[in-house]
Amino acid sequence: MIGYLWAGFICIAILLAALKGEISAITPSIFKSAEQAVTVAFGLIGLMAFWLGIMKIIEESGIMEVLKKLLRPLALFLFPRVPRDHPAMSAILMNMSANLLGMGNAATPFGLRAMEELQKLNPCPEEATDEMCTFLALNTSSLTLLPTTVIALRAATGSLNPTEIVGTTIVATTCSTLVALVADRIFRGRRVRS
Amino acid sequence: MIAFLVSFLSSWLVPLLVAAVIIFGLVRKVNVFEAFVEGAKEGFSIAVRLIPYLVGMLVAIGLFRDSGAMELLVEYLSPLMAGLHIPAEVLPLAIMRPISGNGSLALLTEIMQSSGPDSFPGRLASTMMGSTETTFYILTIYFGSVGISKTRHSLPVGLLADLGGFLVSVVVCRLAFG
Repeated sequence: MIGYLWAGFICIAILLAALKGEISAITPSIFKSAEQAVTVAFGLIGLMAFWLGIMKIIEESGIMEVLKKLLRPLALFLFPRVPRDHPAMSAILMNMSANLLGMGNAATPFGLRAMEELQKLNPCPEEATDEMCTFLALNTSSLTLLPTTVIALRAATGSLNPTEIVGTTIVATTCSTLVALVADRIFRGRRVRS
Repeated sequence: MIAFLVSFLSSWLVPLLVAAVIIFGLVRKVNVFEAFVEGAKEGFSIAVRLIPYLVGMLVAIGLFRDSGAMELLVEYLSPLMAGLHIPAEVLPLAIMRPISGNGSLALLTEIMQSSGPDSFPGRLASTMMGSTETTFYILTIYFGSVGISKTRHSLPVGLLADLGGFLVSVVVCRLAFG
């Protein structure tokens, strides 16, 4: 599905540029984005290293056990087939906590770590498991209770009350997460198992 | 109250958390530096593995935007928005939001500057921005980091959530801000 969309983006863009007589814009655009992708990945290296380091301390000191107990009902409901003591569960819980607290730059490292561990439980390494799809549904719909970037931007552009959108954002993000989880369950059930 | 809590959390949360984790680790007799380095080692390989996936996705999105295809899409969808009494200013943002994080941040900044952050479009755009995530980016890096190409229903689920977040933002902002 992503493959078709990817192909569609590129082909439509090139076709449109050709029709508009602006084909010369295509090549620089490609090189600019390709470079930008590497900048993004390199920017992640430091963050990934730092937060995964902190996570290791959390695991070894036993704080993780407390977090697991607290969030256990939720985790059991969302990821019933991930063994409770599997490292995937720790990473999933860290990712969810970071998301809720609006720590976007910490949520990604934990999320990627969770995917790595979920992949170890995957019998078919090319295809996403149910757990991965549910985990992605949570992450693409966002769980943020504190939209920190938006608040900062509102303050910077002279808002009289930068935080007045916190309430409406929480309502909207709760609904989008519910839509994601319900859609995930419905689509999963329709899958033809091969 | 909310304002205080938010500004307190955004500056104190990370420092407090890091300090608390390290102190608790020391109390539990964990060799904290060794544990940190052990965990951090994995960061590099995960980030580097993402590069091919990021290049592919960002090139496609960049082309779609630079060629004017995005603008065209917005133009076609505008009449629909007008029918739903949604301010036309926020439509480009609604379409950009799932596709590009930087792109949507730029659009949000523009709405704030042209309409003002305390205008209805400004408040609605703020709510929309915070209520969903950059679906394409998340799917690309999460699945890319483990080399999964068959993503099953993840894309439609993510896009449905974006649509849901958008529509609920409109309704809740109408109710809250009139």
